[in-house]
Parts: sequence; structure tokens; C-alpha cells
Amino acid sequence: MAFHSKELAKAYWRENVKLLLSLLFIWALVSFGFGILLVDVLNQIQFFGFKLGFWFAQQGAIYTFVVLIFVYVYKMNRLDEKYDVQED
Amino acid sequence: MDIRTWTFLIVGLSFVLYIGIAIYCRAGSTKEFYVAGGGVHPVVNGMATAADWMSAASFISMAGLISFMGYDGAVYLMGWTGGYVLLALCLAPYLRKFGKFTVPDFIGDRYYSQTARTVAVICAIFVSFTYVAGQMRGVGVVFSRFLEVDITTGVLLGMAIVFFYAVLGGMKGITYTQVAQYCVLMMAYLVPAIFISIMVTGHVIPQFGFGATLADGSGIHLLDKLDGLSAELGFTAYTSGTKSTIDVLFITAALMVGTAGLPHVIVRFFTVPKVKDARKSAGWALIFIAVLYTTAPAVAGFARLNMINTINGADSQGTEYSKAPAWVTNWEKTGLIGWEDKNSDGRMFYAGDDRNEMHIDRDIMVLANPEIANLPAWVIALVAAGGVAAALSTSAGLLLVISTSISHDLLKRNLMPNISDKMELRYARGAAAVAVCIAGYLGINPPGFVAQVVAFAFGLAASSFFPAIILGIFYKRMNKYGAISGMVSGLLFTASYIVYFKFINPAASTPENWWFGVSPEGIGTLGMLVNFAIAGLVCRFTPAPPQDVQDMVESIRYPQGAGEAQVH
Repeated sequence: MAFHSKELAKAYWRENVKLLLSLLFIWALVSFGFGILLVDVLNQIQFFGFKLGFWFAQQGAIYTFVVLIFVYVYKMNRLDEKYDVQED
Repeated sequence: MDIRTWTFLIVGLSFVLYIGIAIYCRAGSTKEFYVAGGGVHPVVNGMATAADWMSAASFISMAGLISFMGYDGAVYLMGWTGGYVLLALCLAPYLRKFGKFTVPDFIGDRYYSQTARTVAVICAIFVSFTYVAGQMRGVGVVFSRFLEVDITTGVLLGMAIVFFYAVLGGMKGITYTQVAQYCVLMMAYLVPAIFISIMVTGHVIPQFGFGATLADGSGIHLLDKLDGLSAELGFTAYTSGTKSTIDVLFITAALMVGTAGLPHVIVRFFTVPKVKDARKSAGWALIFIAVLYTTAPAVAGFARLNMINTINGADSQGTEYSKAPAWVTNWEKTGLIGWEDKNSDGRMFYAGDDRNEMHIDRDIMVLANPEIANLPAWVIALVAAGGVAAALSTSAGLLLVISTSISHDLLKRNLMPNISDKMELRYARGAAAVAVCIAGYLGINPPGFVAQVVAFAFGLAASSFFPAIILGIFYKRMNKYGAISGMVSGLLFTASYIVYFKFINPAASTPENWWFGVSPEGIGTLGMLVNFAIAGLVCRFTPAPPQDVQDMVESIRYPQGAGEAQVH
């Protein structure tokens, strides 16, 4: 067991899942939400020459995805160190 | 120099580069062959993954599709990049910690069952073959247009090159060749995109040009112009689609989940030394992918405007056929453009209603784009080299998955457990040779329904692999009974829906007949939900997995002690 106790292992996993869920929420919001379900509403707004919903579907969602992965990398590395389970 | 000479020169030079790298990085051991010895830097691995991921379909077809689909094209953009997020967050780090070579390995060990392993191997081989056949076809199309050889010669040439470096170099060779291929294909995509963006809107960055006003001094935004033209010509507005919202939702989800389950991409994350690197590598890969995926819709928009303007003329009266630009006549020879003078005025006209006289294949848009915009010959040659690079990098990765599945998962783990490493490597190379021949055959004689088969492959990956892997990591109690019955029911459900609407009764494939209005392209999403539901249900009534499997699940959940990927 790499964790100092079973409780710590559980806590680590709980924080991990919480982080995942919150990032996946944003993931779904920008793609399924802004890009698809709310596209007609957002298209009323002009954004640098784009209709906003269209922009999210063809550009914005992709930029957000890149940011999400790097936030995940950063947060997970911090979490590993906090629980002392990082690689040597 | 003319286009042909430039193409020989640039494509030829790129081949010399790929083969040179393959010889330099020859694989000596099974481990180097399968996973490059686990010693690849995350940025390098990210670039290789990006090249692996971006196939001939991304490079050649996607912008063309979007340019004809308008807003609906977003399903590909969000589907293929969004799948990456799932992969990076929910799969890559854990599979890296698990530390075996292949997806069937994970399924087999996690569900302590040879049956599960065999189901996974068959899915992996099927998905990979579907893909590789499409890639070979892509190489054939590029060669036949730009080298003016027939499509068979083109495919044979492509086969020979891929075989040479995939079999010789293995994963290590492939990884470094793919880095070179990434650079070639990105340059080939960006150079014409930037040129055209400057011509159309005056912006250097295509992503900005996409939303900007036209450079002709009219002060109209590009997208508004496209919407206006679409209305005039009888198309749906460019910025709104024709598909129903629910269908767009399901197709996007199926592509996301399907791509996250693609075996040749997952295996990439075994090539980095640490779990930390697997996470980072996924991020870099998405950056490299995003460069192309955010440029593609811009290219699509420019291409559509340029195409309509050259065919219909600036005054929208049609261009006289006798004065047709060279690209129209060049592509007519390949049969991918056709003109039928319906009103016998000797002028070409492109429209969405019965005024239309043109047949334009969507696949030519990216390749023809620089010709349409009158760019110099070397740019056109560069695009040809890029298309070939995209097709080769993906097929090499896929060939490796096929050969690994056969030599490692099927022979070593199933049929002949006692073979030595050396023999296994020999079998792997043999399997790659056989696979490249089959792929070449399929490329020369494509089953008439490549597009359908691709939909099939995504649906299968989404409804089989993805839930099994996710449950395997996040639900410790999941046992083999649940996983197998889930995979089988998801697979059967998806397969029968697709087979019915695509092969048995294609005439009935209309939104009225689809369940909940979901097209066969998007049904994988429903198949995935079926898989999850059945797996959860069966699991409740069957015994929990053995303790050692539960411990294994526990141990892949944190990075410490990952070590290098293990040879059995």
C-alpha cells in the first residue's frame, strides 16, 4: 500500500473523482451545452464577427478542451504530491 | 517547374526523410517494437500522437465536409477533439499505470477472462482494419491526382513505404517518423490556409480571418456573406445546420466516445516513461491537434466562398465552361468533378436547387483549395505531401496495433504462450506484412461502402470498449459477467441498428424511421448506454471479482510505482 492509510487512499480517490467530474462538467457545457443545445440562443450574440453559438461549436469548444487537459495535469500533479503518491 | 515536378520532389524528399529515420531508430527488442522502450519525451510523444490521430480523413476530407455541411460539420470538430479530453482524463493515466501494452491486455486482466480478451482483440482488429483501408485509399487518391499514376500504383507505393518503416522500426521508428510527418502535414495545411486567409480577409491567422470582414472592401463579414450566398443559391444558411438537434448531440457523443476507445491512440500512452508524462503528453497532443482542427473550419469557409465565386462568377451568372479554370478541368479527369449543362447556356452554375449543374466531390476541397486560389505550384505539391504524410502516419500506427494484437494478444497470450521474445517479434513483423497486403487490397478494391464501415467502426468502439474500460477503472465491483454481457449487448444493439439501416434496408434510413431521430452514425451513443445499463444490472446479481483484481484496480488509481511498461 503506497498510501499511509486506507482513509487517505479513499480521500485521494474522492478528490480525484471530484476534480474529474467538475472538469467533465465544463467539457459537456461548452460542447453539448453552448455548441449544440443552446446554439440558437447564443447565436443572437455577435462575437468578433461570429455568431457566438457557431463559434463555440467550431472554435471555442476546442480551445476550452486544451485548457481543460492542462488544468487537469496541473491539479493532479498537486494532488499526487499532497498525498505523497507521486512517482519517484 | 510545374506541379508534377514539384510533387515528385517534395513527396520524394519526405519519403527519404521517413525511411532515414526508420533505419536510424531500428527496433531491437519486442519492447522497443511495441512501446518504444517507454522512453519517449511527452512533447515528442504528443506530436507523434497527433500525427497518429490525424488521419487522411482529418487532413483531406474534414474541411471539405464542413464546407458542404456548414454548422453541422461541428460534429466532427467537437467529436474528435472532445473524445481526446475523455481519453486524457478518464483513461490514459490509469492505463499507463496498469503498464501493459494493449487494450485487450487490460480487458483480459481486469476481467480475469480469456473470453473478454478475445472479444477485445477481435474488436481491435476490426476497428483497425476499417481505418487502415481508408488511409490506403487516401494515399491512392493523392498519388493518382498529383503524380498522374493510376490509383493502384499509388496504393502499392504507399504500401511499400509503410511496410518498410513500420515493420523495421516498430513503435520506436514510428514515433520519430510520425514527428517528421506531423511537421510535414501541419506545414502543408497551414501554408495554403494562411495564404488564402490573407487573400480573402487580409488576416494572417485563419482563425481570425474566419470571423473577419472580406478584403474586397465591401465590409461584409465572411460568415454573413456565406449565409447570404447560401440563401441566394437555395442552401440552408451556412451557420445553421440541417440535422436535428438530437441527432447532432448523439453523433457528437458517439464520435467522442468512439475516438476515446480507439486502440491505436490508447497504445500511444504506453510509450512515455511516467504516469505524469502520460497526462502531459495527452495535453500536448491536443494542442497539436487543435492547430489543425481550428484551422479546418476556416479553410472550409474560405474554400466555399472561393469555389462559389469561381464557378458562378462574381456576378452570379455562371462562368463560361470554355473559360473554366484549370482546377475544374484537372479534377474532371479524376471524375471527382462533373458538369452537366442543363440549360445549355455553356455556363457552369452551382446551387442547392434545380439550377445546379455541378457535381463536386467533398473530398477534393482541401486538395483543390490551393489550385482554386491560384497559389504557386510548390504549395500544391506541399499539400500532396501533407495528405500522404497524414495517411502514412495513421496507417503505420494501425498496422502496429494489428500486428501486436495478433502476435501478442492472440499468439503469446492465447495460443502459444511459450514462444520466445525473438519469435514473438518475428510473428509481429509477419503479421504486419500480411496486414499491409490486406489493407492494400482493400485500398485498391474498396468495399463500396467505406463511409458506412467507418460509422460502424466508431459505433463499435463506443458501444464495446469504452464502457468496459471506464467501468474497469472507476467501478471496482464490476465483474467479468457484467463486463462481457455489457460489451456483447452494446455491440449487438449497435451492430444490428447500423446493419439494418445501412446494408439491409438503406431506403428506410430517414429521420422518421430512426429511433428517437438518431441516425446510424450516432447510434453508438445509445449502444454505450445499453452497455452501461446491462453491465450494471448483471453485475448486481453475480459474485464480486476476486481480491487480487480488486487490488489491481486499487493500484492503478495512483501514479506511484508505475515503472516501465512490462513485458510478460
